Amino acid sequence: MSRVRLWQFGLIAGAFLLLEILCRTQIINPFTMIPPTQMLVGLFEAAVNKPWFWPDVSYTLFNIAAAVAISIVGGFVIGLGLHAIPRLRCAIDPILTSYYAVPTFILYPLLIVFCGIGPLSLIVMGALFGIVAMVVATLAALDRIPRVMLKVAQVTRLDPMRATLLLKLPAAAPHLMSGLRLAVAYSIIGIIAGEFILSTAGIGRRVALSYNNFDNATMYGLLVLILGFAAGVNALLGAFEHALRRRWYHQS
Amino acid sequence: MSARARILDYALLAVGLLLAWAVLYRVAGPEALSPPLETFERVGSFLDSVSFWNHAEATGVAFAYGCVVALAGGMLVGFALGIHRFAGDVGEPILTSLYSIPKITLYPIILLIFGLGVSAKVAFGAIHGFFPVALFTIGAIKNTSPVLLKTVRVLRLKPVEAIRTVYLPAALPEIVTGLRIGFAATLLGTLIGELFASDRGIGFILARAMEAHKVTDIMALTLLLFAFAAGANALLMAVDHRIHRH
Repeated sequence: MSRVRLWQFGLIAGAFLLLEILCRTQIINPFTMIPPTQMLVGLFEAAVNKPWFWPDVSYTLFNIAAAVAISIVGGFVIGLGLHAIPRLRCAIDPILTSYYAVPTFILYPLLIVFCGIGPLSLIVMGALFGIVAMVVATLAALDRIPRVMLKVAQVTRLDPMRATLLLKLPAAAPHLMSGLRLAVAYSIIGIIAGEFILSTAGIGRRVALSYNNFDNATMYGLLVLILGFAAGVNALLGAFEHALRRRWYHQS
Repeated sequence: MSARARILDYALLAVGLLLAWAVLYRVAGPEALSPPLETFERVGSFLDSVSFWNHAEATGVAFAYGCVVALAGGMLVGFALGIHRFAGDVGEPILTSLYSIPKITLYPIILLIFGLGVSAKVAFGAIHGFFPVALFTIGAIKNTSPVLLKTVRVLRLKPVEAIRTVYLPAALPEIVTGLRIGFAATLLGTLIGELFASDRGIGFILARAMEAHKVTDIMALTLLLFAFAAGANALLMAVDHRIHRH
């Protein structure tokens, strides 16, 4: 293990240990936070004993997967379209740059009226959250495609479909990855937040319910699950991006 | 593109959005959307009323505190981790993964720690804004050209002097970008905080409108927030552009 990894591991372990000690000695009130080991116990017990656990987890995972798919494909297609029409892009640019400054899920109640309370509202919410990150990243990535490649497309007379699939997509891939990571992270946030606010099922709803019932063991257990999941997905995509970039720069 | 064509484009976009809104209203009905004219009237009556400005002030105060904490804290950590290479290598991935977690789920914890009130809103706003500022600052400082770093060593500058005369000016453009994103994130965090648990603020009246299903109120507040966020963003973008060009 490298020195950096060792330090990272030590820091995180140290933080957990400190939290454990502070909670065990009741310097931190047990109604506020429970020791990390008890959070894991709470998660384990929820997974084994609670009948809602697996259905709710799969509900949330399915919604996240659907939202991610919509935001990535939709974001890429919209990005391509905007890139092809510079004037429209220029006009729409202020919306894109200030999109994440506006709390999008104030639209959630309206969505519920539109799509009903259920998975569809949540998926649309998650997709609305993720799609703009992908659009912005796609535009940035397309901007970075070397001119010479576009000329190659013209010289070889590729039709637009082929030019996109064979040339633009691979050339933009390394830069698209950062958008992909953001789209995934935002979709997860959108889904969990939607569930947290108002829904009939899902992990986010369970967090809100156990908070209302003062069931700290379950609540912190579920939080650990969500945070671990988000961090894990992010780390995985980060490693993938790293590998992709390395291969890319190695070749060119 | 000439300035005139650009203004025409913006006008066309605005007209297009209004048309889409009107059509959507026809399709969805008053249950889901409010018509444009009525919404604008409601915006006007909000801006006229005293109670709205009281709520706006509550949000503004929490937002200002949150910004100070997020921007100052983020820059402090960013400078420390950016200048000290090894600490940066250790800390940056940890910050990145903390940045990517859905912070909304931390809200119950924040409430348990800070209780209901302004400090919870400030804390929630600050944890949203802190990470982007810190990460952008680290990135900016790490990209300082090696020649400048050598100059710092040759001149034996003290850390404070080095920051003031070399690191800060060299990294300023990216730091400003980070501040812009941090600003937006803090606003988002503050509003979300108010949405879930508070007794004052724009987020609070929004939550109340959501519960009572006052569609016109929701739309009018959304419009106001969007206008404010977009306006502030445009201002910071202008600063950003200016600094980047120099």
